[in-house]
Amino acid sequence: MTHPSSANQPGAHPPPAPDWEAIESGGEFRELVNAKRSFIFPATAFFIVYYFALPILVGYFPELMSRDVVGEVNIAYLFALSQFIMAWVIMVMYVRRARTFDGMVDQLISRTRGGQR
Amino acid sequence: MSTSLLMFLVFIVVTLGITYWASKRTATTAEFYSAGRSITGFQNGWAVAGDYMSAASFLGIAGLIAFYGYDGFMYSVGWLVAYLTVLLLVAEPLRNTGRFTMADVLAFRLRSPVVRSVAAASTLTVSLFYMIAQMVGAGSLVSLLIPQIGFNTAIVMVGVLMLVYVIFGGMLATTWVQIIKAVLLMAGTVLLSVLVLARFDFSVLGMFEAVSQVSGSFCETGNPTAGMCADGSPATVRDFTQPGLYYHGQWGPLSLISLGVALIFGTAGLPHILVRFYTVPSAQAARTSVVWAMILIGSFYIMTTFLGFGAATLVGKENIGVMTNGALAPNQNLAAPLLAQELGGEIFLSFVSAIAFATILAVVAGLTIASSSAFAHDIWFSVVKRGMREDEKQQVMVARIAAAVIGGLAIALAIALRSLNVAFLVGLAFAVAASANVPAILLTLYWRRFNTGGMVTGMVVGLLSSIILIVLSPAVMGVDAPGAATRHLIQAAPLFPLDNPAILSVPLGFIAALLGTLLWRGKGAEEAYSELNVRANTGLGAV
Repeated sequence: MTHPSSANQPGAHPPPAPDWEAIESGGEFRELVNAKRSFIFPATAFFIVYYFALPILVGYFPELMSRDVVGEVNIAYLFALSQFIMAWVIMVMYVRRARTFDGMVDQLISRTRGGQR
Repeated sequence: MSTSLLMFLVFIVVTLGITYWASKRTATTAEFYSAGRSITGFQNGWAVAGDYMSAASFLGIAGLIAFYGYDGFMYSVGWLVAYLTVLLLVAEPLRNTGRFTMADVLAFRLRSPVVRSVAAASTLTVSLFYMIAQMVGAGSLVSLLIPQIGFNTAIVMVGVLMLVYVIFGGMLATTWVQIIKAVLLMAGTVLLSVLVLARFDFSVLGMFEAVSQVSGSFCETGNPTAGMCADGSPATVRDFTQPGLYYHGQWGPLSLISLGVALIFGTAGLPHILVRFYTVPSAQAARTSVVWAMILIGSFYIMTTFLGFGAATLVGKENIGVMTNGALAPNQNLAAPLLAQELGGEIFLSFVSAIAFATILAVVAGLTIASSSAFAHDIWFSVVKRGMREDEKQQVMVARIAAAVIGGLAIALAIALRSLNVAFLVGLAFAVAASANVPAILLTLYWRRFNTGGMVTGMVVGLLSSIILIVLSPAVMGVDAPGAATRHLIQAAPLFPLDNPAILSVPLGFIAALLGTLLWRGKGAEEAYSELNVRANTGLGAV
């Protein structure tokens, strides 16, 4: 677990500001950002497309969407319900990935601190 | 004394006790604005859910489904999926780079008082619109459910209580009010859903079978009379499991998509939701909050199907309303309370009414604290005082006064607007959040070149375009029949066809931000991006 607030311990002198540009251009940070973005951006694009398919299909093709699948439960309702499942699945996938990101951040921070000493 | 009144009183006594406890732990700015960052991710998840699930969700969606069937469920879907934007793009970087307000993040790179003022103005606009809508709702609801309390008394009561929570208990009291309300709301919704399903022998298919027996009808334009449209053609009939009863005709599908845009993007720009992520100690805890919030909010919105379909089949939309002068005036907000009465009698009706009351109170308290911190931290401390010397006591005092003034304003406006249809204010709040706040938040976090010019033009264009378009839309303009219960603000034919402007105003906000950035010659924002980028992704230097 990271404790970002431990950088500012009460009573201690404020530590010198990290060299943001040096960290940003470092390999470890670039790797972290690439890893994050290669999950976050495709996931965002996917959920936006999947979500807007619902109002578009329901709005422009109500007859098609009204076809029953099981009993009186139709495609429109099942597709709406699938949006909840989709949101939860992406959530779980993200949380699992984020553990790797946390590990990368921990390493990066401990190395940055070490360099400053 | 009615049972409802008794349950209200129990809720009030418990929350005031919490406020007293919290008031002893609320002295510094970090304590007042963000509960000393002492809330855990799990607790904050419940609080986010409590802040988010407003009376519009609980009573409004149940009513929409009860009156229009499937189409009402569209709100439920959008309101959950919206949290993916919060989870993936906003919550953690916001927690890592800001201290107290939404403007903290927007002004991080662009240390300009103009940026901060515009961001604070947008926060105040969104929160005040949302607050007025909630309070007018509270007024009509409380006076309906407990006839002993009049409309104005109800609004003043809600207003004074929310002010007591916020002024004395700060964010700590507000958080616990949210948590209690969320627990009550979930308990009530689960109970109602189980009782609805029990009526269908716990067969979901059986419930859908009954729902398909309920139907409604519509015309391309106008409302049908006795199954016929104005042009002499028969009205289109759909059963309640089918889409189209609310969104139909020439502009229906586009309205539905525009609503989706407002919901999906607006949530990540609601200041009262964003400030909740400052109450937890770290970005990881912020992530945990969103996860719990998504589990709760998702389960709740799936259950709105049972509430709405339950009310449609077991109560019947023709019975949902208030008796006035011997005729039943339809009122969608009463779908859930009347369903409770049908299923569990007076006691259950009282319980559900008390939940609705707690819901409104908690949401307005959250809105009040978000707007008071925007005024005290952003406008007073950072712009008027130019961040000279942080006098904690003075700033908390200013925040308390700001809360009192904003709360008083909301009470006065809610009373003044009581006879108008103000439901559009919630849509407006979401549209402004989506069109003004979200482009600014996303671009400052993810676009190195973004600068002051882009931020200010983007926010101003997003804010103005959503307000202007909504004023021209059917939400504000419309010709009412004489004697209608609620009236449109402007009695004329609408000039903009969609209820919600987001499909136009969100792209406008983004384009203005882009153009403003390219045309602006100031430097500095690009350099500051390195610091923001490292902080946002690692939590280095976070408070």
